[in-house]
Parts: sequence; C-alpha cells; structure tokens
Amino acid sequence: MTDKGGVQYSKIAEIKGPLVVVDDVENAAFDELVEIETKEGERRLGKVLEVGNGKAIVQVFEGTSGLSISGTSAKFVGKLMEMPVSKEVLGRVFDGLGRPKDGLPDPIADKFIDINGEPMNPEQREYPKDFIQTGVSVIDGMITLVRGQKLPIFSGSGMSHNILAAQIARQASVVGTKDDFAVVFAAIGVQYSEAEYFRRSLEESGALKRSVLFLNTADDPAIERIITPRVALTVAEYLAFDLGMHVLVILTDMTNYAEALREISAAREEVPGRKGYPGYLYTDLSTIYERAGKLNGRKGSVTQVPILSMPSDDITHPIPDLTGYITEGQVVLGRDLFRQGVYPPINILMSLSRLMKDGIGEGSTRADHSEVSNQVYDAYSRAQEVRALAGIVGKAGLTEIDLKYMDVGDVFEKEFLTQATDENRTIEETLNLLWKIVSKLPKNEITKIKDKYIDQYYQGK
Amino acid sequence: MAAKGRIVWVSGPAVRADGMSDAKMYETVVVGNSKLVGEVIRLTGDVAFIQVYESTSGLKPGEPVVGTGNPLSVLLGPGIIGQIYDGIQRPLKELSKVSGSFIGKGITTTPVDMTKKYHFVPTVSNGEQVEAGNVIGTVKETDLIENSIMVPPDHLGGKISNMVSEGDYNLETVLATTEKDGQKTSLKMYHRWPVRKPRPYKNRYDPTVPLITGQRVIDTFFPIAKGGTGSIPGAFGTGKTVTLHQIAKWADSQVVVYIGCGERGNEMTEVLVEFPHLKDPRSGKPLMDRTVLVANTSNMPVAAREASIYTGVTIAEYYRDMGKDVVLVADSTSRWAESLREMSGRLEEMPAEEGYPSYLASRLAEFYERAGRVRAIGSPDRDGSVTLVGAVSPSGGDFTEPVTTHTMRFIKTFWALDAKLAYSRHYPSINWMNSYSGYLGDIAKWWGENINEDWLSLRSEAYGILQREDTLKEIVRLLGPEALPDEEKLILEVARMIKIGLLQQNSFDDVDTYCSPQKQYKLLKLLVEFYRRGQQALKEGTALADIRAMPIITTLLKARMDIKDNEISKLDQLDIDMKEQFKSIMGVKVSN
Repeated sequence: MTDKGGVQYSKIAEIKGPLVVVDDVENAAFDELVEIETKEGERRLGKVLEVGNGKAIVQVFEGTSGLSISGTSAKFVGKLMEMPVSKEVLGRVFDGLGRPKDGLPDPIADKFIDINGEPMNPEQREYPKDFIQTGVSVIDGMITLVRGQKLPIFSGSGMSHNILAAQIARQASVVGTKDDFAVVFAAIGVQYSEAEYFRRSLEESGALKRSVLFLNTADDPAIERIITPRVALTVAEYLAFDLGMHVLVILTDMTNYAEALREISAAREEVPGRKGYPGYLYTDLSTIYERAGKLNGRKGSVTQVPILSMPSDDITHPIPDLTGYITEGQVVLGRDLFRQGVYPPINILMSLSRLMKDGIGEGSTRADHSEVSNQVYDAYSRAQEVRALAGIVGKAGLTEIDLKYMDVGDVFEKEFLTQATDENRTIEETLNLLWKIVSKLPKNEITKIKDKYIDQYYQGK
Repeated sequence: MAAKGRIVWVSGPAVRADGMSDAKMYETVVVGNSKLVGEVIRLTGDVAFIQVYESTSGLKPGEPVVGTGNPLSVLLGPGIIGQIYDGIQRPLKELSKVSGSFIGKGITTTPVDMTKKYHFVPTVSNGEQVEAGNVIGTVKETDLIENSIMVPPDHLGGKISNMVSEGDYNLETVLATTEKDGQKTSLKMYHRWPVRKPRPYKNRYDPTVPLITGQRVIDTFFPIAKGGTGSIPGAFGTGKTVTLHQIAKWADSQVVVYIGCGERGNEMTEVLVEFPHLKDPRSGKPLMDRTVLVANTSNMPVAAREASIYTGVTIAEYYRDMGKDVVLVADSTSRWAESLREMSGRLEEMPAEEGYPSYLASRLAEFYERAGRVRAIGSPDRDGSVTLVGAVSPSGGDFTEPVTTHTMRFIKTFWALDAKLAYSRHYPSINWMNSYSGYLGDIAKWWGENINEDWLSLRSEAYGILQREDTLKEIVRLLGPEALPDEEKLILEVARMIKIGLLQQNSFDDVDTYCSPQKQYKLLKLLVEFYRRGQQALKEGTALADIRAMPIITTLLKARMDIKDNEISKLDQLDIDMKEQFKSIMGVKVSN
C-alpha cells in the first residue's frame, strides 16, 4: 500500500480480461467504487466484485486495455457508485457511466443516489392500470401498454425496432391528462447512427428538452454497459418518484448488456448456465426490469420499453427467454412481416401485454375492447392456419368459411397493422378498425363477444 | 453458547466468517454492522459459509458475525392470515413503515402483531393431561378462519394448570402452564418452528377428495386431489401465473398460501389489490381472509428466495394441523432452483446438469413430500391436507431441462402449458395431450357420489374425441379436411366445440372465471350428447352441412359465459332445444 497525499492506494496483482485483482487491501467493501490510476495519471472507474483475505477483485468499467501491473494503483473510494441527480439532467446527454457528453459542465446535484437502487416493496407498489395511447393501432388495440409496465420489444438484427420505439416515445400520451412526462433513453452498445436517429427524432418532435440520454455506443468500452441501464434507471426513478413525472425508459439493446455480463462471468471462471451466460442472468436482469412501476402515494411512474435483438431470431435464446419471464409481456417483431415491408412488423400471436386486462375497458378505452381484441386474436390465428392449409391444398380446397378467414388475415395486416411512422391513431379509430375485421366473419363464428356489443358494433351482414 | 466471528470474505450473497467453531449448520446468524440476517450453510474448521438474506452491498471483511443459536424458524400464531411476508417471514407492511417504498436492510420486526388481542375460548381445563399437538382453545383469526391454539409439536406435554378463562388476550399472554416431571413450561398463542423440518403428523391418508378449482380443464380433465401434488410448467406468456391465481382464488380450501418466489413485483401487488375485493364463492367473505402471501420477488435477495418456499410450506402445515385444507401455490420453483444453483456455484460445488447442484432432485422431492392428507397429532382428532402446486419456468420452454424433469418424478398431476395454444389465445393453454392426472381413479368416486355417476364415462368419451381429433389433424394437415369421411369431420367439429365451449375459460369474465362442478358436468354432458346425436343423424342420412348450420352450436359455445352458476337449469333447456333442432334437420324419420 502506498500513500499519496493522504489517500491510500493499493497495488495491482493481476489483470485478466475486464478484471483486476488488487493486493494488500484493507477496509474495502463489497460493491464499493474503485478508482484505478495509471502511471500516466489516467483514471478509470471500477467496482468490487469480491473481497476477502487481503485481496479484492475489481471490475473495470472502461476495460483493462493499456493497464500494466507496475505503476497502476487502485483507490477504494469508500462509497458505492452514485449518480448525481437534479431537475437539470433534463435535456442533457451523458456517457454510459453518467458523465456529461454534451460539453456542458456537471449538472448541480440535488442529491446522489446509489445506482443499484433498492427493490421496491411489493406491498408499496400501486398496480399499474392507466392506459397509454401510443397511437400505434396494434399496440393500443391488441398489446396495450400501461403506465408503470415493462414491455420489451423482441427484435432481430436489421428490423425496425428503433423506428417503432421512437414513434412510441413521440406519441405516447395518457388520454385526458396533462401530467409532466419525460423520456430516458439509454443506448447500450448500439451503433452511433441508431443512437443519433433516436436523438434527432426526439429533437424534431420537440421532446428533447424533457429527455435524458445515456449513450454507450458500439465503440465505447463493453464493461461500461453493465452500468448504463442502471444510471439511466436511477435518473428515471428520481424523475418519477421525487419529481412526480411519468417517465418512459427506452433501453436498447439489452443483448449487448447480457454479453458484457457474460464477459465478466467468464473472466471470473464461474460455472456457466445456458450458452455460457451466468446462472444468475435472470436475477441480474430482474434488478433492471423490476425498476419499472408505480408506488402508493407518489405521483410519477417508470414505464420501461427495453429493446433486445434475438440472436438468429431465436426467442428461446436465454436473453429473450429470461427477459420474457420477468417483463409484463413482449412485443415480438416478425421477420416475415418485415420482409413483406409491413410496418410495424409485429407478430401479434407471439406478442402479449399482461397488464392489458386492467388498462382497458369501460372508463379507460371502451367496454367492448377486451372481447373484440380476443376475437381478432382468435380469427387471425385461424387465418394463419388456413393460409398454411391453402399452401398445401390450394385455395380451391378451402371451404367458404376458410376463405372468410383468409380475408380477415388480409384486412388485419393491410388496414389495421400497417400504419405510417408518423400516423397517430386514436383509440376510437383503432377499435373501429378491429370491428371492421370482425365484421368480415359471419355472426355465428363470433364466439368471444357478448351479443350486446355485436348488436352495437357489428357491420357485417 | 452463541458463535462470535469475523467476516473474512464477501461475494454477493455469500459471506465467509472465521472464529465460528461454535456455529451449527443452518443456524441463523446476524451479519455485519448493519445486522443482516444470514444462515450457515457450510462449516470448514472454524470458517462458516453463510448465505445472507439481504443485500450485502457495502459489507466489509472484519465486520462481526454473531450466531443466534436457532435454526431459521417461523412464528406460528394468529395474525398470519392476510399478511404479505418476504422470504423469511418479515411483514412487508411493517418494513415499509421503517424504510418507505423501497426495501431497506437490517430491519427487525415481528411477523405478527404481538399486542393484538384475540378472543380466546379454552377447550381444556386445569388438571387435564395434554400432549404435543393437543388443542387447548380457539380464537377467531379472521371471519373465515378459526385458529386452534395447539400445544407445540415438540412440546413435552404435561398437566395443565393456571388456565386462563375465556376472554381477550394478546399473543404474549401465558394461557396456561404445563408441568411434567417437575418441569414447568408456559403455553402461549404462538410457537416457533424451524422451516426446514416438516411438522409431524399421526397418519397419512390417500387423497380421495378432489380439490375443486372451478377451472374446467383442471377439474373435469386433469383433476388434483386435496393433499396432492401438481406442477404447471410453461414458457413465458403461456399463462402460468393466471392459472395459479385462479387456483388461489377459487380452490375450495380453507387456507391459501401463495408464494411469489423470484417473480414479478406487480403480480404480488395484483393479488394484494384484487383479493380483498373478491368474494369466496362458498362463504361470500373476502378472499384475503383466507390467504397468506410470501413475496420474494426476482430483484429481492436471492438467498431469501431459497428460504421462501420453506417458510410458505411450514405455514401451510401449521394450518393443516388445525384440521384445515390448505392449498400452497409456488410461483415459480424454477427460480427457487436457480437460487440453489447460485449458492452452489459460490460454494464451488461440482455442478450436475446445466450448473444445477446434484442435490436439486432430492430437495424437490423433500418439498413435494410435505404435501398430503393427514391426521394431526394430539387430540381431538383433526384431518387436514396440504396440496402443493408448483409452477416451473423451463428455459426456452423446453420440458427436458432439469427442473421440469426432476419435478415430474415427484408430482402426480401435470398441467403442461403450450405456447402454441397461448399464441392462438386458447386459455388456459393446458395441452390436453401432454397433461395427465394420477388422481383420476381416486377421485372418480367423489364425482359419482356428489355430481353424477356417469361423470367418469362422459369424461372419457369427451377425452376420446380429443384424442381422435389429434390423430385426424395429421391427415388434415397433409390432405385437407375434405379428404375425411363425414363421421370424422363431425369429430373435428365436436372437438372444436369441446375446446371452445369447455376447455377454454376466460378468467377475466365475471361469469366464466369460476365454474361450479354441476355446471362443468352439464356442459360436458351437453357436448357429448351433441356428438352422440350428431353421429346418429349422420347414420340416418342427415347432411353434415345441416348439422354444422344448427343455431344451437353457437349457443352451446357461449353457454359457459352466458349462463350463470345460479341458473344452470337453463342448461337443461339447451338440451331440449338441441333435441328439437336435431329432430327438425333429421326430418320425420326420427322417432326419438
């Protein structure tokens, strides 16, 4: 241990992958923030993953490249990693560790918050049920988003998830309220152009001044990605629960996050779970996703729309799989629809919003909403079966009723699903389109809707 | 003598401390300056390996560790019902009073309000001999629950003296004293019991009474018995949680223990918000008056998740010992297995399949063996049951992964959820070809005696139709439906009707959410009758198109939603209507 100006520095014993092992450690705590200083005076940040017997294993966020054992020293800061927050963070751009990236000085902090957050007490949560109108028919009508929900977009490489997320961020509103709302955007290892698209989109719609951006692009250090969603959510929680704002958090791309986690796990030589990801991937992801919600007696809310790209479009891959077990539903983009040029290319049969049932119906959308959307799910699923059958026996081999279902599939995709990237439909328009689809069917095929709604809205013969 | 040691190493929820030679395996210890709760899980020399039930952020080597001398235990007494606990029985409501909306660390509270007074009615008097398990009196815990105050199962027993008279007392009041061989002990309304040790019972019976859940696909097709075990595996989005909520809501048991083990926070909130407003269909009282929640959500400390299963099952056994039927629902046992895996990894144990420890199977077996219908120890005679239902969340929806395959060895009812059914919004998405129930033979007698004696044969006939359809579907997939003869097309049609009209059930519909056994039986009978009459009509030359066009079909399919439980005589009218309609399409030839 050496002493420089009253601060205790420890020597580095070993460097492997993103980790350094620090020797002669006294008085370091688990999870504590560490400052690494090189011979040249460069400073990097890290945190303690394991401490004991005079040693500490430290994960270095900016990576270890360029570090040498001689001359590099580590300082244990005596606190956990914290993010300075205040209302001034709105309109600002930060890097993946929460340091200003827009050339402006540090915002004056109202307070410092531990970025890991604490778990919300389930007893203190308020059950989310405020319908968010995104103006995207398929989401509002079939996969309804509510305030305080975590609803990921499962995408694949090259698909239009960013356009969709940006459209949701621009258009999202709760009908009939004028509450403060904010967008927190975290780019996690995405290409610069994707992050820039998002920034520009917020700027053009005038939403940038009530947004906070955290950018870790593909060329930034990979290990920093472990921190990026956490600083973003810390700011989101502050805006929501201290300032009473409704915050929409967009995290893209969570696959890069999980890969950074795998890198650290491999460097620590841990026993891997599936595909080399650590056995605690589920628990770790939950400490991010579970930071969405509403709290009793507090005005604001944190709504999360994480985006992840499924490797080889495989929904059973550990990342989408474990995400789906934590989030309250998923919006799945389909490669087939995307190839046909449909926007948004959402595969509704694989998509789901678990909180939809409480966010819709009389008083929020319309009394018939739940039943008509159930019927359309059912009909579209039948349409897919009929299409598969038509592929074998030809259209001639189909019954009359089968042909009606073919029709349903077409109307659904061309008139309901398809919409322009700047088209903002009201919930009324969306529901009327759903009835247009249902009305393609004869009445005796409608088994999921009560007669009174059929009498009121059915337009078929 | 309590162990006093010092932390030497910290990594996540795992801590090593030295100077712990006095510590015992599975002893509860207090860790660090912030007094976190932990449990000893390995001893090597004087080093104890401790799993900590709270976040260890900021914990340092050198901080103290103090043993409590006791294994991890729960407090059992009136006041448990209606509570929401974390994995180690800390009431979340009390925690929020100390640390607000987020869960803080190192908070100690009592699991129930020790000062609340209950009206105690003694059932034994001074001078009587009591033994472990005897009931000494009762208190009314909630509108629905009468709590029997029992002599603790590990108590020596003895002669009762100083029995209090009927009146209002709190939990700390000494209700009576027992004396045996000169040793005096006092009895209170509560006692403690170590969670990892099953509570003793006198006899175990075969489960022969069905647990009525009001869910048709469960009760009619894949029933579970009171005291039985069941498992519900499924990929995400297949409706595990909704099905478990349905069981917790409508099962005809007296007590429900719901364990949210590593699952979503909002799901627990949903139960908390919804249950006080829902009425038990039998008593008309709020469901919360019979429910206990144990919530250790996914982002709460992982070691407490491991403990939450045991905390829950011990509470269930406590109410079983009063002679009650208890249902315990655990969502999800996979997350519990993952917490075992995580601790096993930190202990650097040799992993078995997919990194899970080799003792995963034996731990699962031990858990499911705590189910059963039993005669409690002590007098008077009390028969109670614990029914265990565990969700499994197989990674990638693959049922060959270790938690699913091991669970299948220890349970008798298997409800296999199917992503394909869920994608087509067939809920509950329980796949009828892959699911099974080992209780069908045991409980058929109950249906025969209480509902109708032809229940089992109707159920077999309906299930036969579904099995035939499954084979025919293959042909249709290759050749199209027109390749089949009319009798087989009718099978497809009736199978569709069974799926929509019976198997599907909308848990969000006020009427459909609960279906009484009588209504289940009548719907089943109507559909089977339709099939029988349809085949007869075809034989006599009626065209299939005429059968398909019968207006009664849509009525039958909607009957589950349109006809309420208190107006099931309307279903008899449907039978008459159906007969009429068959008559008219079959023309004059029919005399029936």
